[in-house]
Amino acid sequence: MSLLVFIEQRDGRVRSVSREALGEAARLAATLGGPVVGVCAAASDPGLAALGAAGADRVLLAVHPAFTLYDGAGYAKVVAAAAKVVQPQVVLFGASAMGRDLAPRVAGRLGLGLATDCTALAAEGGRLVATRPVYAGKAIQKVAFPGSPALASLRPKVFAPIARDGMSAAVEPLALDFDPAASRARVARVTAAGPGKVDVTEAEIVVSGGRGLKGPEHFHLIEELAEVLGASVGASRAVVDAGWRPHAEQVGQTGKTVSPKLYVAVGISGAIPHLAGMTSSRCIVAVNKDPEAPIFKVADYGIVGDLFEVVPALTDAVRKLHAHA
Amino acid sequence: MIQVVCVKQVPDTETRVKVAADGRTLDPSGVTWVLNPYDEFAIEQALRVRDQQGGGEIVAISLGGAGVPTALRNVLALGADRAIHLRTDLPAPDPLAVARALAAEIRALSPDLVWFGRQAVDDDQAQVGPILAELLDLPCATFVAAFALENRKATVERDFEGGREVIELTLPAVIAADKGLNEPRYASLKGIMAAKKKTIEEKPAELGETNLEVLALELPPARAAGRIVGQGAAAVPELVRVLREEAKVV
Ligand SMILES: Cc1cc2nc3c(=O)[nH]c(=O)nc-3n(C[C@H](O)[C@H](O)[C@H](O)COP(=O)(O)OP(=O)(O)OC[C@H]3O[C@@H](n4cnc5c(N)ncnc54)[C@H](O)[C@@H]3O)c2cc1C
Ligand SMILES: Nc1ncnc2c1ncn2[C@@H]1O[C@H](COP(=O)(O)O)[C@@H](O)[C@H]1O
Repeated sequence: MSLLVFIEQRDGRVRSVSREALGEAARLAATLGGPVVGVCAAASDPGLAALGAAGADRVLLAVHPAFTLYDGAGYAKVVAAAAKVVQPQVVLFGASAMGRDLAPRVAGRLGLGLATDCTALAAEGGRLVATRPVYAGKAIQKVAFPGSPALASLRPKVFAPIARDGMSAAVEPLALDFDPAASRARVARVTAAGPGKVDVTEAEIVVSGGRGLKGPEHFHLIEELAEVLGASVGASRAVVDAGWRPHAEQVGQTGKTVSPKLYVAVGISGAIPHLAGMTSSRCIVAVNKDPEAPIFKVADYGIVGDLFEVVPALTDAVRKLHAHA
Repeated sequence: MIQVVCVKQVPDTETRVKVAADGRTLDPSGVTWVLNPYDEFAIEQALRVRDQQGGGEIVAISLGGAGVPTALRNVLALGADRAIHLRTDLPAPDPLAVARALAAEIRALSPDLVWFGRQAVDDDQAQVGPILAELLDLPCATFVAAFALENRKATVERDFEGGREVIELTLPAVIAADKGLNEPRYASLKGIMAAKKKTIEEKPAELGETNLEVLALELPPARAAGRIVGQGAAAVPELVRVLREEAKVV
């Protein structure tokens, strides 16, 4: 038996979701049996041998200049071709923007069931069982796969990567029997969100602001706290709809789902659609002047108080902490 | 130009989830059913394209049970020309099974554009659109937040971590709509009246085999009760201490 993992790269760098998926594949391989095989589409090798340390035994690489940018149909053919070669029991994807587009295409090509945005996987009686939130996180569904391989995409930041120091993966070419340049859909260009910005879905720490900030001119309080924590800035829908913050920062049902190790909600009431996007965070902190705000029901730690006093004090305290460390 | 819009009827987002006696599906008692919110963006964009093209036909298709005609009547009131109800009484067929049944119907319509929502807010799979694109061998873009059409070329935009991709597609194509694509309109009184005269054709859904077996539907484990570490700025030192020593996150 074997497990296949899609290795996502952008700009020649392997994305962290793929290390998380490799880590989970390595854990599953302990019960289901290995090896763990990666498959990557790229214009050139993004340093795949190093993925041995992340759990890959070998990696199949499909090279084409058109794969500099994401090509949904082309990448789907690559993964389907790799599945044919490897005959895996399980195929894993990261549920990133790319993985959420790619995984269903592969499911369609292979004619197999796919469970998206999973938060847990288990090998039960030799078969894969996937756990995934449904109804915006108001319920949890457990699914099994009648066909083989089982396909699953993994919610970013939920699965831990592993470190097998000193291990390296064998990188093998995967032949293409199609011309990616003939694609009827292609990424014409990419606009970057801004240098050094880490997306909320990939951040270790997220500091989000809501309507309690009263106006966009006060968001510097959130940005400053985020900066000392090394965090990314998130936002509630109320402030995105008001035009204070870009949609890319929106956390919740109609925005992004985040699972950082620390989520700080400032001036956010904690409406159910917001909670849908952040309750899988490891630790939640809330700052709100209303002790009855629903956000305190999911927060591990809360401060009841005026954010205009609490946040600058918190920023200061963290800055001092780091200065002494 | 022929456009198909695929819509799903889902529980209202305010619904309190209760698990049915089978332990695997939603208890439908007391549920208010609505059109999937993301599908509204899809319908709106199809209407705009029809206006831009100065005509053409919009066909709405929905697979599901006895309640589906209500959802389809809404779509007709918004301006779709006719509707097809693929009837099944299975509570929740999997995305591949749904895509296969839709594909059989849509293939026969030879559409120029096939519209989907980003995801259905009940199963939250975000799969049916891109699966159908593969089944019909059509170019596809998902999570689309901007759309423009010129001649037979669509230019769309979608966000990814750290930026936005601009994608060009040659028609016929499949598009899955995200929030931000447009501001969906409300049905006018005239539209609602006109919808009464439009046809909803009912056909049995050809679902085929099951590709995902639901073992259980459960309520999520409640997060362990947290605590208020204090009031106001005076509580900050204690918060920093617990984040460092208990949670070990800073
Ligand atoms: C279909 C649907 C989808 C949705 N999707 C999303 C989504 O993806 N993400 C999302 O966030 N929302 C979403 N919403 C909206 C959601 O229901 C709420 O309206 C929204 O989350 C509220 O944002 P908020 O908490 O910033 O604002 P409010 O609810 O107005 O809360 C502001 C909070 O700030 C506190 N506050 C005020 N002043 C201070 C102060 N000086 N110091 C400290 N605290 C203060 C208040 O006590 C209050 O709790 C969706 C709604 C629907 C219907
Ligand atoms: N039963 C259905 N009938 C028609 N369209 C559907 C159905 N289920 C899903 N869709 C479409 O596929 C999109 C994605 O659904 P899902 O993959 O279930 O999250 C929805 O927004 C609809 O446009």
